[in-house]
Amino acid sequence: MTIDVPTTGRSLPQLQPISFIGPDGQPTDTPTEGLRIPSDATLIGLYRQMVLVRRFEAQVTHLTRQGRLATYPSAAGQEAAEVGATTALAPNDWLFPTYRDSAALLTRGVPVAELLAAFRGDWHCGFDPHEYHTSPAATPLATQTLHATGFAMAAKLKGEDAATLTFLGDGASSEGDTHEAFNFASVWQTPTVFVLQNNQYAISTPLREQTNATMLADRAAGYGMPGLRVDGNDVAAVFAAVSAALERGRNGDGPTLIECLTYRMESHTNSDDPTKYRESEEVEHWKQFDPIDRLEKYLRSTGALNDAGVADVAEAAEALAETVRDAMNTEAEIDPRELFAHVYSRPRTALAEQQQLLEAELAGTELAAAGQA
Amino acid sequence: MSVEAGTTPTTDPNAVDVESGTATSANEDAAVPEARPTSVTMTKALNQALRDCLADDDTVLVFGEDVGRLGGVFRVTEGLRAEFGATRVWDSPLAESGIIGTAIGMAMNGMRPVVEMQFDAYAYPAFEQIVSHVAKMRNRTKGRVSLPITIRIPYAGDIGGVEHHSDSSEAYWTSTPGLTVVTPSNPADAYSLLRESIASDDPVVFMEPKSRYWMKETLTLPVTTAPMDRAQVIREGTDATLLAYGPTVRTALDSAEAGAEHGLSIEVIDLRTLSPFDDETVSASVRKTSRAAIIHEAAQFGGYGAEVAARLTERNFTYLSAPILRITGFDVPYPSPKLEEFYLPTVERVLDSLESWDWEL
Ligand SMILES: Cc1ncc(C[n+]2csc(CCOP(=O)(O)OP(=O)(O)O)c2C)c(N)n1
Repeated sequence: MTIDVPTTGRSLPQLQPISFIGPDGQPTDTPTEGLRIPSDATLIGLYRQMVLVRRFEAQVTHLTRQGRLATYPSAAGQEAAEVGATTALAPNDWLFPTYRDSAALLTRGVPVAELLAAFRGDWHCGFDPHEYHTSPAATPLATQTLHATGFAMAAKLKGEDAATLTFLGDGASSEGDTHEAFNFASVWQTPTVFVLQNNQYAISTPLREQTNATMLADRAAGYGMPGLRVDGNDVAAVFAAVSAALERGRNGDGPTLIECLTYRMESHTNSDDPTKYRESEEVEHWKQFDPIDRLEKYLRSTGALNDAGVADVAEAAEALAETVRDAMNTEAEIDPRELFAHVYSRPRTALAEQQQLLEAELAGTELAAAGQA
Repeated sequence: MSVEAGTTPTTDPNAVDVESGTATSANEDAAVPEARPTSVTMTKALNQALRDCLADDDTVLVFGEDVGRLGGVFRVTEGLRAEFGATRVWDSPLAESGIIGTAIGMAMNGMRPVVEMQFDAYAYPAFEQIVSHVAKMRNRTKGRVSLPITIRIPYAGDIGGVEHHSDSSEAYWTSTPGLTVVTPSNPADAYSLLRESIASDDPVVFMEPKSRYWMKETLTLPVTTAPMDRAQVIREGTDATLLAYGPTVRTALDSAEAGAEHGLSIEVIDLRTLSPFDDETVSASVRKTSRAAIIHEAAQFGGYGAEVAARLTERNFTYLSAPILRITGFDVPYPSPKLEEFYLPTVERVLDSLESWDWEL
């Protein structure tokens, strides 16, 4: 007698990461899992955006070193994952980013000044999430994966044609919320794409001390959802895989986990010293897999890009860098009374009293300053 | 501990099967005809509030552990899945952080989730989501994203529960800016406050006193009681003010009754909402009586009573003729059922404490 056991599990992902364009700019012979390489027009757009965000990351990192921003986690080296995944989103889809995903926010259209408000210390989230269909970047690790799942669940209940995408890191993949999100999304079959940027380190902790699994994409099988392992420095592969996963979600076929193999070229933030936990040879090794170089080589080889095109994009990148500098030179107006304005939708007596205290203090300060003049 | 007539006695650890709830007692009033006074338990009042909210507003969703088919371990959600379908009321996977975290996403996408944490101490896995995100989303987005989420937490002891089933966690929530913390002590308030909580654009931690679930009251539903930011004077007096909430309101009333036999005129206030605190009502009472004590089940040190005592002293120092007292659980983990009666603040302990005041002043 056999027992009829329902099976929802899937086979484990391929070991070889999905890739279209090799580090040398030539087409690869690695698996593509039935995905199609994006058109040259799409690839040109991705190239342009990667160059822009790299310049952005460099400029912001530079300003941070000058002490103009409190702290900044750069995603330099991870442009393909950030840009490839975010570009695949439709305007109605929602993005649920983390602290490292400024490149994704920029790609989503969040203006530079609003994006940098958090790092300047102006306000925790400087943009309107509804306007850009983008959640505030989460700092408590992995928490946003559940928000993305819940948002997608509501979209599903409302019959909305919207999917959600959330980024998480290899370190964050050890958090309980990651597992709860994978499970909820799969049980509820929500249109959610989990893009796991495996950049090899969580601050200083290397991947091998984070997990004993062969690869993080394997985890998907345990939750009954497909998991793909993608060359995270090949923007063509990231874009194709995420586009297909979003499509799957919108068709009612549930969530997908996509592990992007990539590397963090900078320190975790400006406040740590990466030479304490990694060898420079390793960094040099990963430079060979640079996502921008390889796409440029490829597009030149197909004739889609030439010197003039490259110069054009470089010029746009310089203009963006200038926008960043300008944004940093303009002091945002900070109203201390706003401390109390957004805690509750309804006024609270205790907060009103504390606001009065602050206002009296401010009035006193102004009087003192006037007295000195 | 006294239990009024008509209430399921709850001090006997065998009387209530905590894990499976109280299938029979909670549901005696299942087919209550509307607009006629009937005897209503707190679970029934809560159940009706959820039903009315689900009926009035398509964006209200109810989910959590066992809230669908079973109707919740305390049967507060009984019948709702059958009535509204599994896309409005459903059983989620067993993961508290997941429940709160997904509720956040749903609220961001226009829903009003009402979620249940099965027992007080089992909300702790969701602590991070509640404190770091539920409470802060509105503020961090400058009011652009509000989270109308109601988090129902059955709390407190006195039902002979096993370990981790009797915690009073209110101090964690009340010390978190951005949260509103509500706790009814009777069926009418349970109904009215839950409806108000679900309608609120701010997130509400709605704490349900387990030992009061089976308390009955003759009521006509729907009922609207005082707004949730108001405390209520529920017994007038002139000599002292007893402040209580949720499970200890009964203790306060019984203490006032017993005090009267000793010639004391004790005023009793049901706080109803712990955050915001209704300074106005409470200070007015304290100025009248010049003495106050607060009763809660949670441990004393750093507890909610400390906040109450401090703010009442700050506002009313010259009116006070005695220090404000706290009659609370001891500073020990909530004990096993056989020790519960020694831990919980009793009428005797309340009266003994009041005796410590210098009544000559
Ligand atoms: C819950 C939680 N614990 C600890 C931290 C502190 N922290 C910030 S980033 C980080 C490492 C995260 O690594 P990973 O998820 O791999 O992302 P990466 O920074 O490499 O992009 C840690 C430990 C945090 N933000 N949240």
